[in-house]
Amino acid sequence: MLQILRNRILKGLLSRHIEPGLTGKIEPLGLELKSLIQKKFSRSLHIRYLDSGSCGACESEIISANNPIYDLQRFGVSFVASPRHADALLVTGPVSKNMLIALKKTYDSMPEAKFVITCGDCALDGGPFKGSYYIEGAVKNILPTALHIPGCPPSPLDIIQALLMFLRK
Amino acid sequence: MVCPEVVAGIKNIFPAFEALSVALPYPDEIRVKVARQFFKDTCLALHKGLSSPVAVLFASDERKDTAKFVVNCAFVNLKKSQWVIVSMDVSEDALYFDSLAKNIHSASLFEREIWEMFGIEPKGSPDLRRLRLHDEVYPKGNYPLRKDFRQIQAGNLSDYKFNKVEGTGVFEVPVGPVHAGIIGPGHFRFSVAGEPIINLETRLGFAHRGVEKLFEGRNCFEALRLAECVSGDASFAHSLAFAQAVEKISGVLIPKQAVYLRAIFLELERMYNHVNDIGAMALDVGFSFPSAYASVIKEAILQLNDKLAASRYLKQVNTVGGVVKDLDEPKKKMLLDSFKGIKHDFNELVNILYSSVSFMDRVDTTGALRRKTAEGLGVVGLIARSSGVPADLREYFPAFSAVYKEAKFKIATEESGDVLARLKVRIAEFKESSRLVEEFTGKLAEGRQINIHPELKGGSALGYVEGWRGPVLYWLATDAAGLIRRCKIVDPSFLNWQGLSYAVLGNIIPDFPLCNKSFGLSYSGGDL
Repeated sequence: MLQILRNRILKGLLSRHIEPGLTGKIEPLGLELKSLIQKKFSRSLHIRYLDSGSCGACESEIISANNPIYDLQRFGVSFVASPRHADALLVTGPVSKNMLIALKKTYDSMPEAKFVITCGDCALDGGPFKGSYYIEGAVKNILPTALHIPGCPPSPLDIIQALLMFLRK
Repeated sequence: MVCPEVVAGIKNIFPAFEALSVALPYPDEIRVKVARQFFKDTCLALHKGLSSPVAVLFASDERKDTAKFVVNCAFVNLKKSQWVIVSMDVSEDALYFDSLAKNIHSASLFEREIWEMFGIEPKGSPDLRRLRLHDEVYPKGNYPLRKDFRQIQAGNLSDYKFNKVEGTGVFEVPVGPVHAGIIGPGHFRFSVAGEPIINLETRLGFAHRGVEKLFEGRNCFEALRLAECVSGDASFAHSLAFAQAVEKISGVLIPKQAVYLRAIFLELERMYNHVNDIGAMALDVGFSFPSAYASVIKEAILQLNDKLAASRYLKQVNTVGGVVKDLDEPKKKMLLDSFKGIKHDFNELVNILYSSVSFMDRVDTTGALRRKTAEGLGVVGLIARSSGVPADLREYFPAFSAVYKEAKFKIATEESGDVLARLKVRIAEFKESSRLVEEFTGKLAEGRQINIHPELKGGSALGYVEGWRGPVLYWLATDAAGLIRRCKIVDPSFLNWQGLSYAVLGNIIPDFPLCNKSFGLSYSGGDL
């Protein structure tokens, strides 16, 4: 216990100060979402994560966005264990045929109002797996998608900046 | 006669052995071509003689040239640093071969793969259920890795049959493919009697993206980028194994500086993943401080990667013929400086974990995989080393790893095979990796060549590297124009998932996440 306390004090506060840098691509989408969240979600966003067949890099970066350095939770964004608790569905991967049913079922079990965020190049159009016999490609053709976070993988900063856009006034 | 000792070794166990040809295309690769009736016994003889599991068993469609399919089976001879690849032709009018699965368990998954992807039947196999092409969504009779496969034809769909465990008080707990955490997709079906798990069936394939097919027809430079996306947390190991296969085919000898740089990046990848898994193990027993602490160390290494190679996951660092990112003096200094902090933090992390009695109690004896089981299943890499199997390609294959020998690389093994053993191996490997990185960094000199432009040739070869999970294998066949004809990938996760099913037996379901994290397997790497 003493060791934990000593390390805690020695390390101090690690969280980075993050300014949302708005890029042209995501701004229009973000503004639309921002008003939606403020109206319906009282500025606290609960996200259910779903991997539709990604390589694992996006997943790793989403976990990193929750580490003490980026600490996404301090902005009111938390990842929840059940779709029934979620406002948003965060999807990575090019949607393997095997995941199609699970993806739809997960979305269906979320309460209204809900929206979908896609993360990583695969989720946008299949990315490096475009043209494969076993992917459904673009999540937006399956579910109504509100926001896309580009990158392969997007860094934690990219993810936070994209999400922050609709949480900040 | 090439390699008389290998032939003698096979004949010793299988006296009727006759080879159509024996070749030694590369010093580390022996190819034995046999007739179909000898295939099974030759494989069994090699399996016994070399005490090697099936490293990879795969088919390729050569109907365009020879009107035949070819089935290859590779074994590893660690002592001689050689791969022995047995192959046979399978003609289109008799699409079958004798199954090895009843004699060599590690062949079972590969045979199921050949059956679903090519429609070549392993006769006598105890299990022919499809692995990745799920029966519920993918019609029967479509074999995607055949060359004449264009698009999916309509056919019958069916349900997957899980192994049933029956008895009074036995009930099933299905979990997945969507899990509670931020984790990949997989389905686990537990059969429990009271608290303890008496059977776990893992159904994977949810992350199947048809990667092997995507490789076909691409040129090697394009394909290298795809190799980086096979398993995102092992992107450097995958791209390295792929690049090595191409370099072997083309006879390219990469500059020494590039060898050191590749070794540095490979070890950096190992380090961030090991510390990540150590943190995840702590998190799964509800010990959140060390978990947060580990994620800070992981972030430090990822940021270091970003500064050194402009990519947190070391993508676009490898190229065919070397690397594209060099470390100059300021970068070397930065690397060594950050390592001081990383090493200090890591030692603190280990102290915190080891001084927590309740943590040690949770990991000790949990999820034990005995050596005999591990060897029987053909489990590889870190998991095998934790169960006392001293196999590490860095130790035994000095072709790429001459630098490892030079740096006096020490292999880490543990005997007990439980979660604690896997934790200890990770800790030992992290420390060894950080020592190696510092040593290799000292050997770098400025202004040296870091890559050469390769003259691509046609041919086939096996590329291999000991990634952080274990050996990553790339069998590659290219045509004269340098385009890929066949690429067979084996990520260690593919074989190690079955190890998990055995390790959890007798443990309770709440310990499953802990066991799972201690294995640290990739869904995408196994599912391809």
